[in-house]
Amino acid sequence: MWGKLSWQAIPFHEPIALVAGGLVFAALGVILTWIALKGYMPYLWREWITSVDHKRIGIMYVVLALVMLLRGFSDALMMRAQQAVAFHAPGFLPPAHYDQIFTAHGTIMIFFVAMPFVIGLMNFVVPLQLGVRDVAFPTLNSVGFWLTAAGALLVNLSLVVGEFARTGWLAFPPLSEITYSPGVGVDYYLWALQVSGIGTLMTGINMVTTILKVRAPGMSYMRMPIFCWTSLASSLLIVAAFPVLTATLGMLLLDRYLGFHFFTNLAGGNSMMFMNLIWAWGHPEVYILALPAFGVFSEVVPTLSGKALFGRRSMVVATLAICVLSFTVWLHHFFTMGAGGDVNGFFGIASMIIAVPTGVKVFNWLFTMYGGRIRYDSPMLWSIGFMVTFVIGGMTGVLLASPAADFLLHNSLFLVAHFHNVIIGAVLFGGFAGYTYWFPKAFGFRLNEALGKAAFWCWFVGFYVAFGPLYVLGLEGMTRRMQHYDRPEWHPWILVAGVGALIILCGIALQIAQLVVSIRNRAQLRDETGDPWDGRSLEWATASPPPAFNFAVLPRVTGPEPLWDLKCRARELGRLVTAEPPYEPIEMPRNSATGFVTAFLAVVTGFSLIWHIWWLVIVGLAGAYLTFVVFAWRDLVEIIVPADEVAELDRANRAARAAVLASGYPR
Amino acid sequence: MVMLDSLAIMLVIVIPTIAATLAVAWWFRSSNARARYRPAFAYSGRLELIVWSIPALVIFFLGGVAWISAHQLDPARPLPTEVAPLEVQVVSLDWKWLFIYPDQSIASVNRLVVPVGVPFRLRITSASVYNVFFVPRLGSEIYAMYGMTTRLNLEADQPGVYPGLSAHFSGDGFPGMAFDVDAVQPAQFARWVAGARTAGPPLDARSYHDLLRQSENVKPYTYGAVAPGLFDSIVRGQQPPGPGPAATTITTATPKEPPHHVG
Amino acid sequence: MNTEALRAPPTAYPRHDTAKEVAAFEVTGHGIGGPAPKRIIVGYGFWIFLLSDVILFSAVFAAYAVLFKNTAGGPSARQLFDLRSVAVETGCLLASTFACAMAGVAVSERSMKWTQLALLVTGLLGVSFVFLEAHEFTGFIARGAGPTRSAFLSSFFTLVGCHGAHVTAGLIWLGTMMAQFRAKGFREDIRLRFLCFTLFWHALDIIWVAIFSLVYLVGTLPPQMLP
Repeated sequence: MWGKLSWQAIPFHEPIALVAGGLVFAALGVILTWIALKGYMPYLWREWITSVDHKRIGIMYVVLALVMLLRGFSDALMMRAQQAVAFHAPGFLPPAHYDQIFTAHGTIMIFFVAMPFVIGLMNFVVPLQLGVRDVAFPTLNSVGFWLTAAGALLVNLSLVVGEFARTGWLAFPPLSEITYSPGVGVDYYLWALQVSGIGTLMTGINMVTTILKVRAPGMSYMRMPIFCWTSLASSLLIVAAFPVLTATLGMLLLDRYLGFHFFTNLAGGNSMMFMNLIWAWGHPEVYILALPAFGVFSEVVPTLSGKALFGRRSMVVATLAICVLSFTVWLHHFFTMGAGGDVNGFFGIASMIIAVPTGVKVFNWLFTMYGGRIRYDSPMLWSIGFMVTFVIGGMTGVLLASPAADFLLHNSLFLVAHFHNVIIGAVLFGGFAGYTYWFPKAFGFRLNEALGKAAFWCWFVGFYVAFGPLYVLGLEGMTRRMQHYDRPEWHPWILVAGVGALIILCGIALQIAQLVVSIRNRAQLRDETGDPWDGRSLEWATASPPPAFNFAVLPRVTGPEPLWDLKCRARELGRLVTAEPPYEPIEMPRNSATGFVTAFLAVVTGFSLIWHIWWLVIVGLAGAYLTFVVFAWRDLVEIIVPADEVAELDRANRAARAAVLASGYPR
Repeated sequence: MVMLDSLAIMLVIVIPTIAATLAVAWWFRSSNARARYRPAFAYSGRLELIVWSIPALVIFFLGGVAWISAHQLDPARPLPTEVAPLEVQVVSLDWKWLFIYPDQSIASVNRLVVPVGVPFRLRITSASVYNVFFVPRLGSEIYAMYGMTTRLNLEADQPGVYPGLSAHFSGDGFPGMAFDVDAVQPAQFARWVAGARTAGPPLDARSYHDLLRQSENVKPYTYGAVAPGLFDSIVRGQQPPGPGPAATTITTATPKEPPHHVG
Repeated sequence: MNTEALRAPPTAYPRHDTAKEVAAFEVTGHGIGGPAPKRIIVGYGFWIFLLSDVILFSAVFAAYAVLFKNTAGGPSARQLFDLRSVAVETGCLLASTFACAMAGVAVSERSMKWTQLALLVTGLLGVSFVFLEAHEFTGFIARGAGPTRSAFLSSFFTLVGCHGAHVTAGLIWLGTMMAQFRAKGFREDIRLRFLCFTLFWHALDIIWVAIFSLVYLVGTLPPQMLP
């Protein structure tokens, strides 16, 4: 009746996992109880869980990402600790456990930290920058978010019920086939990614349609902010690449569940085909992550330098070039499979070519700063930290792109250092820059700057101390994923890397402190005007936080920096440029529990598939269909915001702006 | 060498870029009254040309280096030599390496003995999951995959012990897949071969099936005889693949580690 | 204030447009006229979804192409495929697409009777297709040529089965649409969803043409002609 599930699934024999999982779920229980007792449940349900507002969904994505960052980072700390002590010794984590930890670290960091972080920022910012009220498909947006959260929940459930995959974050066969991984671990991995993959695909479709079909009047393609361009490129990549992931993981599921032979050793299976398919998804994936981060920098650097972005058109061309080229390089992930000089050489050159548009972007940011008046608020620190760090990471990438070099460095810690260099340098630093930059817009008060700067320095220094030694170790021949080792010359470098991880831990602690302190001091940190950074694009024209409908009337756009033009004109005229518009009622999409219910059913279905509880699978799928029917049967799909409510909110915003204009601008 | 060349070429761009970033960021800070504020500086055709063409030229050059070296250093390419190369057949198992010397009709587990100055031609396969054969101080990595053969050509110029490992995660016993390559004088190599022939069990289908079972941290030993054509029969799928954890409790040979139970 | 900052200095800034003015803009769906109308947005988004589905099928097609020769000593395409049955399946699917188009005409004429009838015919022909395919599959399995026999058969069953699963999901959707038309009439949002359904149904047809050609026709070519 319960399939493979039994009491033995709970890891009583692995105290570390048991305690960790127990603590997490206990903390979760405490938080939920506190929320319920304080009476916040109705508010949370009404305003957040069933919200289809892109701003709320964007914030929830970022919250998910930051919480999962803590989980992924604790995995990293455990890995560093194990490697620090496991020299000529078994260490404190047996191989079966250590293997789950590094698999979980990679899976969580890519799928449940980096992706939600980037998607959350895209969700929050893009409709505001496009000057519209919401994305093209708001309820679909909610479903996408909750499916991602469902995937994250499944991965974390594996901590207390069963085990996680022990294969590395990409679960290559034959190791991930049922013969060599008979447990439920790989199934947890596969179903979590299939569920969240559907959510991500929905986001991609939503974003592409929004950016191409839902923009304020007058906003032609060349007047779109660069963050929207990079979001478009990233979303196109999602639409093109994620189906390949779904298909490939689906084939592996068929192998494991139904005895198919796509990638098995016997009966004609071809495990190399998995390599090709998964990396055909995998390489575009890293650009899905990096492009929006580049977009963040294209917003932060001009604003905080007080100058327009240099080379706007070539930024767009470079973005689209990266988008297209990302599909031509996948073989560089397995040069050492013996494809021969011609094939290896072609993909090596293609991988180097993709460095050109990326380099162009770096130079454009540099020339944006040149001749500017740079303000060193923490988003700018993150940006400059990115420019230095990412250039180094990109350089090591070009080095690895040469097959002959890769023959010595494939799968070594040099590779690990390279991809952490570019992902932390671009995606995390970009995420933190975006988080700090748009936080006032989202919540109406700024983050404490001093703690933010301190956190940046800990991350920056900690990154180099943690990953610099890994470059050396890679050159000395140390390979990745080693639970123990015997070479004495490796040991000191590993200890240094461990110290680096601790420095980053300080950075994270400072960021948590920054959030707590800022919430406590929010009255002093309040953003009165909606424009704390003297911004240039449309999101800064709204109040902080914006009303649900974003703009009382959709702005008419006549240039690539509409707010900046408007402010300059206002300063000239000495008054607000436009007169008060005639206010009309606004139709907004109604909230819906569809997303949350669908995700709940996805967790039930995924869990039952993992544990072979077949009747529950059918219940879950039937429930999903019913949810879809209930949603489709709705007659009331919109709520009307009455004109006087619109008027009241907009007049308050206009009054705040007029006051600031009269007093001279804040900076 | 390829790497150092590439690194040098890249650093020519990277160091000035980083230096320029830091310099520009410092000079144009808002508190610096001496810096000229040029808000209209948002486009320059000349700069665009330079910014696109310099990285393109560098990549063009590096691409040439990459293309040539990808061919010259291709693992399957035989090394130029006047001496007859030594044939070695390699099978990666869970979690040890099997080295078969087909011409000498002996085999060795977790230790590869080779004569100095003689290139050895490796044909590599796997009994189960992926591994990567890697001796960092001797040369390139190459994958070991079931049902397929990859080729690698190496040569030790100096006598010594060259540590080797697997560079692709293959399961719980993966870190124990370390092995040594002993490069010795040809005469010593001949003595080692002769000695191995007199002792050690035969490697045939049955002893190979025993070897397939999961074990880790296996101490090196040798087989005194090898059934002819064994490696080819493994590649052709005539031997069963490694059975995985369901069939075995893995054993360990190192006293330091407590016995592990998989699953 | 530095006047160098002005980029496109207009002589007079317009008032904020009223919603009416925005609507009066030439809304061509190219963005510059403001957000596109709902019909275009929904259709466009669904097209993007269909493209992603095509990519999903492409990945499975690629797997099929790679594994085509890996019969592991078991039966090959030539030995298994019965082109007559496949021809009937194709006829059913194409006919059901025609019926679906007729249903589209009926919807635009707002005729409930003909809409339901055409949709019923569409559904019945779709069910026939799925039934024939299931029959083919069970036949293969009974002959020891099931998906676990070889990599070629795994990829065949997955490719054709994936298409069949899409058709089945489409049939469930079709049934739901018939119920929705009955319950809510020809409301605009129901018609938009029906538009998406017809796009989906036509797309499945196109994929079937690819499967029919690349799997069944190419698969039964004499060996000398195979790539």
